[in-house]
Amino acid sequence: MSLRTPLGRVRGLGSARSGTRHFWHQRLTSVAGVPLSIFFVVLVVSLIGRNHAAAVQILGSPWIAILMLLFILTITYHMQIGMQEIIEDYAHGEVSKLVLLIANTFFSIAIGLASAFAILKISFGV
Amino acid sequence: MAETRARPLSPHLQIYRPMLTMLMSIAHRVTGAALYFGTLLVAWWLIAAASEPNYYGAVQWFMGTVVGRLVLFGYTWALIHHMLGGVRHLIWDTGRGLGPAEREWLARANLFGSISLTMVLWIAGVLLVGGAGGR
Ligand code: HEM
Repeated sequence: MSLRTPLGRVRGLGSARSGTRHFWHQRLTSVAGVPLSIFFVVLVVSLIGRNHAAAVQILGSPWIAILMLLFILTITYHMQIGMQEIIEDYAHGEVSKLVLLIANTFFSIAIGLASAFAILKISFGV
Repeated sequence: MAETRARPLSPHLQIYRPMLTMLMSIAHRVTGAALYFGTLLVAWWLIAAASEPNYYGAVQWFMGTVVGRLVLFGYTWALIHHMLGGVRHLIWDTGRGLGPAEREWLARANLFGSISLTMVLWIAGVLLVGGAGGR
């Protein structure tokens, strides 16, 4: 007989070793992603014809930079969860799955950090 | 030895007649994966903007080539399609829109919406640039 509760026994199982957190965060980042993606597309279109100086001026203005940071953080987190789900569906070997999951995390963090750094550098102008 | 009969297998992809709802489901995953790698472009563009004007000019030059434009066009469509598909998922999460007629209708709206919105955006973009050759 085990003293563990039924909940305690199933916690940390599943192919992701986590519960519904990913499901919920996928929804959170989706809700946030709708206005932020619309903002991003409009921003890119409005920057099309402009040279570097104009682009930097627009990207560096506080509201634009803040929204861009939110967009980047939201989608890199969202895509990390989403790609994890894809990997769990298709990668069957434990080792290959682990390698892909690690690569996914590294890629998402690298993209998020590089983009955030670029936005901050443009804003602070150093 | 008992005769070996082919054991029943659960039906797999190739047994289904392709349906729009199924194609849209696949498209959501494919566009999600494409956008995943598309963030490389976003990061590259931002890093270029944070570097000297020449580098930004080079990125802009690439985006202006036929290949660059095709990639950008694909990225725009993928983002809009995936976003609308995501809204569809959020509607389903509330328990609505799951009936056969509604599913079909949502799938059509998803596809029609993403194609027309992409067109509108690109026409607006081309007008802003002032012709296809602009920077
Ligand atoms: C550039 C931005 C985005 C990227 C890179 C991205 C990436 C992904 C990826 C890789 C997946 C996993 C696909 C799958 O499991 O089949 C996914 C799923 C999802 N995405 Fe996105 N996405 C982006 C924007 C959005 C936006 C704006 C929404 C807005 C509603 C959204 C809503 C969803 C939803 C609801 C799912 C889960 C689908 C499911 O449960 O099967 N995504 N995304």
